[in-house]
Amino acid sequence: MAKKKISRRKFLVRGGLGTLGVLALGTYVFRNPIRREIIDFADSFVSPYSGTGTEPNLWFEITKDNTVILHSPKVEMGQGTFTGLAQIAADELDIDINQIQVIAASTASGIVDGLGTGGSLSVASMWMPLREMAATIRKMITIEAAKKLEIPVENLSTQNGIVSGNGTKITYAKAVENVTEWEIPDTPKLKPVADYKLVGKPVARIDLKAKVFGDPIFGMDAEMEDMLHAVVIRPEHIGATYKSANFNKAAQMPGVVKVVQIEDWIGVVAKTYAQALAAKMEVDVEWNIPKKWTEQEIRALISVGNGNEVLVQKEGDNLDDDDKEFLEIEFKSPMGAHAQIEPNGAVASYKDGKVTVILSTQVVGITQNQISKALDIDTKNINIIPTYLGGGFGRRLNTKHAIKAVQLSKEVGQPVKYFFTRKEEFQNDMFRPPTHHIMKGKLNEKGQISNLEHHFASGNVAIDSALLPDIANTILGADFGAIRGGSIHYSAIENIRAVQWHKTLPFATSWWRSLGLLANTFAIESFVDELALKGNQNPIELRLSQIKDNEEGIRLKNVIKKAQKEASYSDEVVNGKAMGFACSTDTGTPCAQIVEVSIIDNQIKVHKVTCVMDCGIAVNPDQVKAQCEGAMIMAMSAAMHEKMYIDDGQLQPTIYGPYDMALLKHAPKEINIHLIQGVDKPLPVGEPPLGPIAAAIANAVRRITGKRLTEMPLKLS
Amino acid sequence: MNIKFTINNKPVSIDIEDENTPLLWVVRDILDLKGTKFGCGKAACGACTLHVDDVAVRSCSYAVKFAKDKNVTTIEGLGDVENPHPVQQAWIEEVVPQCGYCQPGFMMATAALLKENPNPTDEDIDKNIINICRCATYYRMRKAIHRAAELTQESKN
Repeated sequence: MAKKKISRRKFLVRGGLGTLGVLALGTYVFRNPIRREIIDFADSFVSPYSGTGTEPNLWFEITKDNTVILHSPKVEMGQGTFTGLAQIAADELDIDINQIQVIAASTASGIVDGLGTGGSLSVASMWMPLREMAATIRKMITIEAAKKLEIPVENLSTQNGIVSGNGTKITYAKAVENVTEWEIPDTPKLKPVADYKLVGKPVARIDLKAKVFGDPIFGMDAEMEDMLHAVVIRPEHIGATYKSANFNKAAQMPGVVKVVQIEDWIGVVAKTYAQALAAKMEVDVEWNIPKKWTEQEIRALISVGNGNEVLVQKEGDNLDDDDKEFLEIEFKSPMGAHAQIEPNGAVASYKDGKVTVILSTQVVGITQNQISKALDIDTKNINIIPTYLGGGFGRRLNTKHAIKAVQLSKEVGQPVKYFFTRKEEFQNDMFRPPTHHIMKGKLNEKGQISNLEHHFASGNVAIDSALLPDIANTILGADFGAIRGGSIHYSAIENIRAVQWHKTLPFATSWWRSLGLLANTFAIESFVDELALKGNQNPIELRLSQIKDNEEGIRLKNVIKKAQKEASYSDEVVNGKAMGFACSTDTGTPCAQIVEVSIIDNQIKVHKVTCVMDCGIAVNPDQVKAQCEGAMIMAMSAAMHEKMYIDDGQLQPTIYGPYDMALLKHAPKEINIHLIQGVDKPLPVGEPPLGPIAAAIANAVRRITGKRLTEMPLKLS
Repeated sequence: MNIKFTINNKPVSIDIEDENTPLLWVVRDILDLKGTKFGCGKAACGACTLHVDDVAVRSCSYAVKFAKDKNVTTIEGLGDVENPHPVQQAWIEEVVPQCGYCQPGFMMATAALLKENPNPTDEDIDKNIINICRCATYYRMRKAIHRAAELTQESKN
């Protein structure tokens, strides 16, 4: 990737711009915003398509009490991005962690990250631009301090938000007060990473207290003056459309302001949420149901050989189908729901052609564009204010339900709060697509893998998603979301093939944390273990022998060897307990995991997990570990519990419980995480640890029971 | 109709048309205490957990009429920055929250458990703490629950 440099001519500084505010974590009176546009920062997804024409901007404000506020173009959904960005900025600004606040930028503040927050890239992609910007701003503050103190810049130094020299000092806030014309220096030399006081340290999350004391920081907590509450009725069958309805009774219910049908949904607006919900029960609606899809029909759509075929990876020769010697195993994974606890929703106000929306979203700019396009309102009249997210996991990479909230506000002439019921959430999720895999492979006389092939089918992930312009769908070959983790990283194998088949399902499938990585790694790493068993070899040694000694290969081998050593891996079953190994490389971050498993009451029990990851510079090692812990248990939940299915033409289940998820009792009691710094920059961490664990568990179970589990969720019988 | 109860040690008097309205919505939308969360509306996830007379209750499925003359405690009343409850202190020490949305429910469930069982075993925790956290912060939660038990003991000694 090209080096991201700040262009001096693009550096804009303005003073005295309008106020933001409802969601700021602090109150501040005096503002002196410094705005900087960074070109060459189209970042975000590592994708064949790049360049949306929008460029993220960043803002710093220095308040009168000498607090720096960073308006982040990335949102905080639990991944710790705000804390990481605060550490990076504070280190280059020479301020303490307690002197910086981070808030999510609204579209009105001028910050739009065209591709949203996702792909585990927030800290990794902001690393260089944020350092350069913070260093430049520190220099600019010093220049202003020099003028006010009448001391040459060279004699000044900065520490804890204070510029000092020649026995005198001034706070940053005082230094920048009343500055109208800024002097913009060349980007100063950055501090060596080793000199940072915050980067690399386990700083406590900056949002920790807000989250422990129950502060109202989420989209669900937002309110506007004179706000009404809305619920929405949608068809429950896949592909159904509106036919007719009778609202007479509902409209007479207490508190009801309006019942309205728009396109294929009905909105019920009332004074309170309970009233809206009660009135919803009285709406009599009929839908056109052109077809009742079955589970079998959906599964048949997603099968190798069906749909568009794309060659993803090829080295050497293909396996000959007439060759009776090769091993072939089929794997499957089900649809998964995001199931984030905060439901989707929005608080919206439409007044005199101007729109304000407060919501939990991963795509601030895209949501603005969706509303603009759907309702024919100029984007300059639409302000999207993102809040903290009660979970994202990819679900909020499309928050077009904000359109409904705006439409309802327009209908009643008052602000409206609309959020999904849990059933609506489950039935209108943008699911992790089901997958089907055929693995083929063969060992040569020396016991090395001579051929390895991954043929896999998946519903859409990137294709048809809100992140890509329609045009991209026709020029994209493979679905770059579904192929995550689908390529084979055993570079020393002579004959390799990965072939993807994709198909659009009759309901939305899209981004789910780690995308294809979870299912693809399950198939590949289960199969490699099976080849090791066939050749009577240690599965880790076999893997190590199949990786070339190039830079990527060495980093991968290092995490594998470290895991092997730390967990004291053995392929023996001792007292009914076995270890299972698997590894993956995702977004340049290699990760190896070893689980200790036993079978208790015919249930798979994971006792201990060892995880080794090379994520480059860990800006906040404690939060990187928190991401590993959460990602691994979330992947365990998907691997062992979760499954969406279709019954009578409807997506099911529609409530937690029946949608079985890992609980506290399922979490391993021992988790050991070791981080390796194989490169001198931060790499993505939020998704890579989801890769190995499903296969690692299946590999351990295979050793205990002799049975190869080939379908998620993994069940013994 | 009118319903009186105390919320975080303060007496309140609520006028409400429907006494079957879930306590959750009274707390969030009338009393404007947003720390208690809506997750599912069916008592399945525990995000709405608060205390009624020190007992953990899933308030999305608990009619406000049942709170009449009782003491309701929400996360806002559990402790504050100056005076955190041992559970909140433990949550801070172990840096438990990620997205944070479900955490008040878990902390309220834990505080109720510790009141009844000051030194829970892993099995007690498994059996009693059955809320859902999608960020899957369970590993740190278990540590924080044990730490909260310790802190409670220390404060008594």
